[in-house]
Amino acid sequence: MRRYIRVLTPLLIMLMAVLLSGCGEQYLVLDPKGPIGESQKDLIYITTILCLVIVVPVLILTGYIVWRYRDKKGNNAPYQPNWNHSTKLEIIWWSIPIVIIAILAIVTAKYTYELEPSKPIASAKAPITIEVTSLDWKWLFTYPEEGISTVNYLQIPEGTPIQFRLTSDTAMNSFWIPQLGGQIYTMSGMAMTLYLQADEIGNYYGSGANFTGEHFAQMTFNVKTTSEDDYKAWVQEVKTTAPALTQEGFEKLTEPSVETVQSFSSFPEGLFQKVVMQYIGEGGSAHHHGGSTAAEEDTNMDHDMDMSDTDMKDMDGMDMNHDQETSTNQHSH
Amino acid sequence: MFQNLIDFLLNDFFITGDPLILGAQVSIGLSMVAVVFALTYFKKWRWLWTEWLTTVDHKRIGIMYIIASILMLFRGGVDALLMRVQLAVPQVEFLHADHYNAIFTTHGVIMILFMAMPLMFGLFNIVVPLQIGARDVAYPFLNSLSFWMFFFGAMLFNVSFVIGGSPDAGWLAYPPLSELSGSPGLGQDFYIWGIQISGIGSLATGINFVVTILKMRAPGMKLMKMPMFVWSVLSSCITIMFAFPILTVTLFLLFIDRYFGAHFFTLDGGGNPMMYINLIWMWGHPEVYIVILPAFGIFSEIVSAFSKKKLFGYKSMVFALMSISFFSFFTWAHHFFTMGSGANVNAFFAVTTMLIAIPTGVKVFNWLFTMFRGKLTFPTPMLWTIAFIPCFVVGGMTGVMLSVAPADFQFHNSYFLIAHFHQVLIGGVVFGYFAGLYYWWPKMFGFKLHEGLGKWAFWLWNIGFYVCFMPQYALGLMGMTRRFNEYNFDMGWQPLNVVSTVGAFIMGLAFLFQVWQIAHSIKFYKKEPTGDSWDGRTLEWSIPSPAPLYNFARVPVVDSEDAWWEEKQRLANGGKPKPLAPLEPIHMPKNSAIPFLISVSFFVMGFGFVWDWKWMIIPGAIGVAICMLARSFSYDTDYYIPVDEIERTEAALGGTK
Repeated sequence: MRRYIRVLTPLLIMLMAVLLSGCGEQYLVLDPKGPIGESQKDLIYITTILCLVIVVPVLILTGYIVWRYRDKKGNNAPYQPNWNHSTKLEIIWWSIPIVIIAILAIVTAKYTYELEPSKPIASAKAPITIEVTSLDWKWLFTYPEEGISTVNYLQIPEGTPIQFRLTSDTAMNSFWIPQLGGQIYTMSGMAMTLYLQADEIGNYYGSGANFTGEHFAQMTFNVKTTSEDDYKAWVQEVKTTAPALTQEGFEKLTEPSVETVQSFSSFPEGLFQKVVMQYIGEGGSAHHHGGSTAAEEDTNMDHDMDMSDTDMKDMDGMDMNHDQETSTNQHSH
Repeated sequence: MFQNLIDFLLNDFFITGDPLILGAQVSIGLSMVAVVFALTYFKKWRWLWTEWLTTVDHKRIGIMYIIASILMLFRGGVDALLMRVQLAVPQVEFLHADHYNAIFTTHGVIMILFMAMPLMFGLFNIVVPLQIGARDVAYPFLNSLSFWMFFFGAMLFNVSFVIGGSPDAGWLAYPPLSELSGSPGLGQDFYIWGIQISGIGSLATGINFVVTILKMRAPGMKLMKMPMFVWSVLSSCITIMFAFPILTVTLFLLFIDRYFGAHFFTLDGGGNPMMYINLIWMWGHPEVYIVILPAFGIFSEIVSAFSKKKLFGYKSMVFALMSISFFSFFTWAHHFFTMGSGANVNAFFAVTTMLIAIPTGVKVFNWLFTMFRGKLTFPTPMLWTIAFIPCFVVGGMTGVMLSVAPADFQFHNSYFLIAHFHQVLIGGVVFGYFAGLYYWWPKMFGFKLHEGLGKWAFWLWNIGFYVCFMPQYALGLMGMTRRFNEYNFDMGWQPLNVVSTVGAFIMGLAFLFQVWQIAHSIKFYKKEPTGDSWDGRTLEWSIPSPAPLYNFARVPVVDSEDAWWEEKQRLANGGKPKPLAPLEPIHMPKNSAIPFLISVSFFVMGFGFVWDWKWMIIPGAIGVAICMLARSFSYDTDYYIPVDEIERTEAALGGTK
């Protein structure tokens, strides 16, 4: 029996290593196409190696001890039934994990600040803003600068930072394009910010990663990355050929349904802000924040603003500081 | 009128129109008829009532917990297999999306709350009083109440799949999806009431065992001389006492939202769904440590017993248990790094999460060095323990990887996460409880389980586990999201999903082997010659198997950590048997029907709330109140076992000890 376990364990670990290191195109997380995803991949490798430093010896030690001290005829391994304490040994194995975890904690903290999703990506090019709204069960993307919008389809230019502004019409979803970088929740009544960038032309898979009900599995979308010229041509084409998204059309989209890819040459003014603010003022008028206009809120919604709750004055103050902090230390890629 | 009733029953009350559910309804109906018939035919109703349903004996309550948890393991396992079939063939609509969502929801709730928890409580009940030399738990009546509250809570939850509709908003029921706006059906109400009722039982068990351990130990058993399993139970129960009230309050707020139209977690009216997510994980994260800590205790007992060696680093082990239970309350936000709480919050929770790896790692080293310079034998309990170590080490490693907040942005909600928590929950909790079940089985029933079949089950479980879950790590890195009921073939996810499904079925087969093993061992019943089946080290092995009603005829006096082992060593080295103190009458609690009746009343009330039937809520609530009053005014709750009866029992058991 022991033999099997001895053979099996390393085999399985190897199998896992092969699976994990398989840099095939299918391993989206390990095949990033943008700076954020690239950093996250590096971080995954660093943490894996740091963990393996301790895990591999432990696994080998387990196999060795189990085999060496098995109770078998002719096994003359020492037997010390009352040996149950060694301060020296215990200090060793308290300190090894402490050291590893300390290193890991420092690495993690550093990357946590560096990869804070709302932090702009350093680039010569000005970022393009795309507003993302998760609906039951489709994604609505609005391009405020271009004035167009799409459903279940994103097109972006290569090499340009994209500032995603995200919210949800109802249940919480999560916006995830594995090859560009990690996900962030879309939450009703809040506008989140996520910076991503694609450095290569191609088609990238995107999905809603948080369960939102019956047909949530249908909320996948393609992110087509093109050259800047092709992107401009596409915007132009949508503007001239696609129908407009009216308020009525939007309301129809908010009803639960599964949709195919759609494009619209325009969308109602301030649609995203309206979605964010829609639940405020109904029953929550007690929490309203005196006098601030939609435009003002917009500048302050960068983080986890919960517009419906809590005291806006405090939150504004806190987040303004936070904004300044993060914007002064840009990504270095 | 009659027509209306029929319409109601077919359209709203019973779930109709799904052949799988119809099959389940028919088989549930048939097995209920079979049970009633068997009980009547063999004239066992009275026996069932007096010996089991009204018992306050911790050993019997433990057995009932374990039976219930094995039934729930079956239900949760069937859910898992149905999901795996759907994911292996996403092109075929084997399960409709709605049905799939219901199944992953019930799978999660059942496996954690109605399988792992009761299996754990079962082992607490069987083992703790025997290990500390007590005659029962501190509050035997409360213990019985805990069991029946759990049982009827679980039944209320389970009944939803044939009556009214299953919950389908995920196992933690995040709002706004779980609010009326997202889940107008009854499933979510069954969820709230099922968990609330059983949660009261869990909280009471936590309190009961903390008091039992602190107050009921045999003379001489100082805290630092308790068996490690008892320490693990203490740390787990302290965690229960602090964590479960959060769950109760959170679900109560959700109930107020749904039933009275409040706005704690709604989209509008100033509600904040994110508050719920924080609260539920403030319970949810400690909860996973609640179930893993006793498994650590079980491994400590077994590794020492089958290495024929003292547990290494006792003090470190105790410190590690207690610090894990403390830190478990400071990690909850790692379940939603992607909520965008900012770098400060994420960094804090990333580091607190990693900290837990330190005491856990130390425990692994101590287990290894318990085996080091030991004499290892490998019966089934030890096999599970040895399989646990590599499995849990790798699962723990992926856990540390997940705790790295920016990397978690890529792992979150993917199959990488699914693989991780199944690896620690199966490799840690399930392996641990199986090890405990095999280890203490002879103590419960007086016979061992068949070793050969047990080894088959062991290997199938292990192979099945790796075949099922290793591919899921890869699927996560391929971008596959949890809770998808279908996916596009072009993603290249299908081959690994098929492999994973095969692994799940191997585990299903392993479960069947265990059922066969139990049946076989009962059929070829072979009584254990002594109460000390494994040449054990702790007090439970010093008394006959199964233990007599009063456990210890004479309360043992303890002066070391492995009391029974030391005593055996002393006698083997020519020490004289200790003089026997004269027997004294033993004070015991009387059986009571009230725990059963109060839980039935809670069930009725909960069922009434689910359907909003006042005519059912009110009698249920009155039933609860009457039972409480009846208990408050009953003074005849205990009795003494006379000395001559103890002598007769002891003589019949063949021991003079």
